[in-house]
Amino acid sequence: MSGNLSVGWFVLISVIKILIAVPILLGIVAYTVWLERKLVGHIQNRWGPSRVGPFGLLQPIADGLKLFFKEDLTPPYVHKALYLLAPILSLTLALTSIAVIPVGGWVTIRGARIPLQITDVNVALLIILGITSMGVYGVALAGWSSNSKYSLLGSLRASAQMVSYEVALGLSLVGVLILSGTFSLRGIVEHQLGGFWNWNIFGGGQIVAFFIYLCAAYAETNRIPFDLPEAETELVAGYHTEYSSMKFAMFFMSEYANMVTVACLASVLFLGGWSGPLFGPPVLQALLPVFWFFLRVLFFLFLYIWVRGTLPRFRYDQLMAFSWKFLLPLAIANVIITSLVVALRS
Amino acid sequence: MTPVAPTFFFYLLSTVAVVGAILVITRKNPVHSALSLIFTLLALAGLYLMLYAPFVAGVQIILYAGGIMVLFLFVIMLVNIERSQREVQFNQQWHVGIIASLALGFLFLYVYKHGSSIFPVNPVSMPEPMNTQQVGMALFRNYLLPFEIASLLLLVAIVGAVVMAKKRI
Amino acid sequence: MPDNYFARYLPLLLQVGIALALAGGMVILSALVGKHRYSRAKMSPYECGMTPVGDARERFSVKFYLVAMLFILFDVETVFLYPWAVLLKELKMFGFWEMMVYIGIVLVGLFYVWNKGVLDWSGTPRISVGTPAMTAGPADAPGSTPVFSAPVEGSRS
Repeated sequence: MSGNLSVGWFVLISVIKILIAVPILLGIVAYTVWLERKLVGHIQNRWGPSRVGPFGLLQPIADGLKLFFKEDLTPPYVHKALYLLAPILSLTLALTSIAVIPVGGWVTIRGARIPLQITDVNVALLIILGITSMGVYGVALAGWSSNSKYSLLGSLRASAQMVSYEVALGLSLVGVLILSGTFSLRGIVEHQLGGFWNWNIFGGGQIVAFFIYLCAAYAETNRIPFDLPEAETELVAGYHTEYSSMKFAMFFMSEYANMVTVACLASVLFLGGWSGPLFGPPVLQALLPVFWFFLRVLFFLFLYIWVRGTLPRFRYDQLMAFSWKFLLPLAIANVIITSLVVALRS
Repeated sequence: MTPVAPTFFFYLLSTVAVVGAILVITRKNPVHSALSLIFTLLALAGLYLMLYAPFVAGVQIILYAGGIMVLFLFVIMLVNIERSQREVQFNQQWHVGIIASLALGFLFLYVYKHGSSIFPVNPVSMPEPMNTQQVGMALFRNYLLPFEIASLLLLVAIVGAVVMAKKRI
Repeated sequence: MPDNYFARYLPLLLQVGIALALAGGMVILSALVGKHRYSRAKMSPYECGMTPVGDARERFSVKFYLVAMLFILFDVETVFLYPWAVLLKELKMFGFWEMMVYIGIVLVGLFYVWNKGVLDWSGTPRISVGTPAMTAGPADAPGSTPVFSAPVEGSRS
């Protein structure tokens, strides 16, 4: 924390960091879609995309271009302002949460220590939870403003599902907070450094919390087996039925960006963030943590896709019961046990 | 950073909050009102942040902007918008309301002018990470009883919600 | 990195600004680039090719409202838990017991709701919440039997 940087330099560095992070996030989003199509293809004994570029690697770019040139329809029966606001809101919120996620330790450039994170605020976790809870608006507004039955049903389902699982998600983090004693994501990771036995999932005994977090995170991002908001067989496409062209793609992108955020958060909270063996020259030592971090994120994204290729969808009553009758009591039990152990030890 | 920037942000956030609040009561479409209220609540969160209370700001976003407003939106979706838009916007009690708000305004002005002895002005010099700790310590040490009573309040609210919904059978 | 309190939140604001510009830009660009050819069928709400029946903004089951209400209550509980969790190492056993009392009381509420069948969304609730008029939602009414649906392969791709 050296004060030798003026505010102007600080703003410039922040803008540079954002302009590096956002394209990387969008790139990850694009190639998660590719990975998903490829993996689900192989799970179902198909090839997946293979025509555009080697291994279909250029497919995301082709898809993006295609979506740009699709007809951009704003139907006359919608509430125009809110109809346009919904995808903008969704994508903005989805791209904002990465600002507080630390991807590595510190790098020193010309004597100035710079954290590998857009900003290290002390209430980072609260900010991410706040942004997640605001995410409901994008979905709710999309469904309501579309004035179509499928959209409205999808958005109602989605909002009810998202708020239900938000409770379990919020409670699953309490154990981690008890162990680390801070809201700062950097602080939480630094608490877990020094070997995998220090990770919250092992050393902290938060394996149950991790399971709850995983389930709740899948539900928050509307992924299989919790993808009832866009259950194709019942609701066509759920809340974005009436959206076309880039506006549809923005919902799609925000869903995947949220997946990436959730994966980052899982690595930070439970799997020790960027901790891992360091070796080699100083440059490598500075970059290895980032590599370890992205390895974890990739693992989570792979898990997401694997689950999608394997599990069937919940029924709506099962979905609600799973959150309120199973995850919530389990999360409370986890809080009680963790706090008892920590309180007895201290 | 120069003190100009905080002053600028203060006026920006206050303007957003006030304009949002006015829009809440003047919009006929309840969804527009709810959205304006969200902007007001977010601006308030920003103001808390400027008062060195990041924890309160975070909680404001999670609970108010992200929680209570979702409930509002649900309720709005439960009512018929077309019919509510045809209703008279201000009811019979609007002049009582004006008198009440004027009285409150004068009270605020009075406190602002003469109240520095009641509410002494201390510039906050608390380092940032302390906010959560301070809130927690105050809550779990000094105000233990109100905190426990809050749980009873939650219990009453749960029971009340179920009873209200069941009445409609 | 300046140790200034406000400076730490400035990048967050910048991030929101850049994300907003990106999202807004996408909407504008796609509106400009895509071609527009309107037809009557395109201009009507999608209802599987049928002529739309009635208005979409029907009234919905009061259960959605109850879920939102429950969510707020447990959200408040969670938010109370956060500062407590951060401070637990200082509060020690005293903190543990005071929170147990709190959680205990809120849990009574959860089991009340559970017992009343508010959390049951299946077709045959013990106590039905909401009248038939309130459950007029076309496919999602709690009265209708939910159909098990398998994931449609490759439907996203």
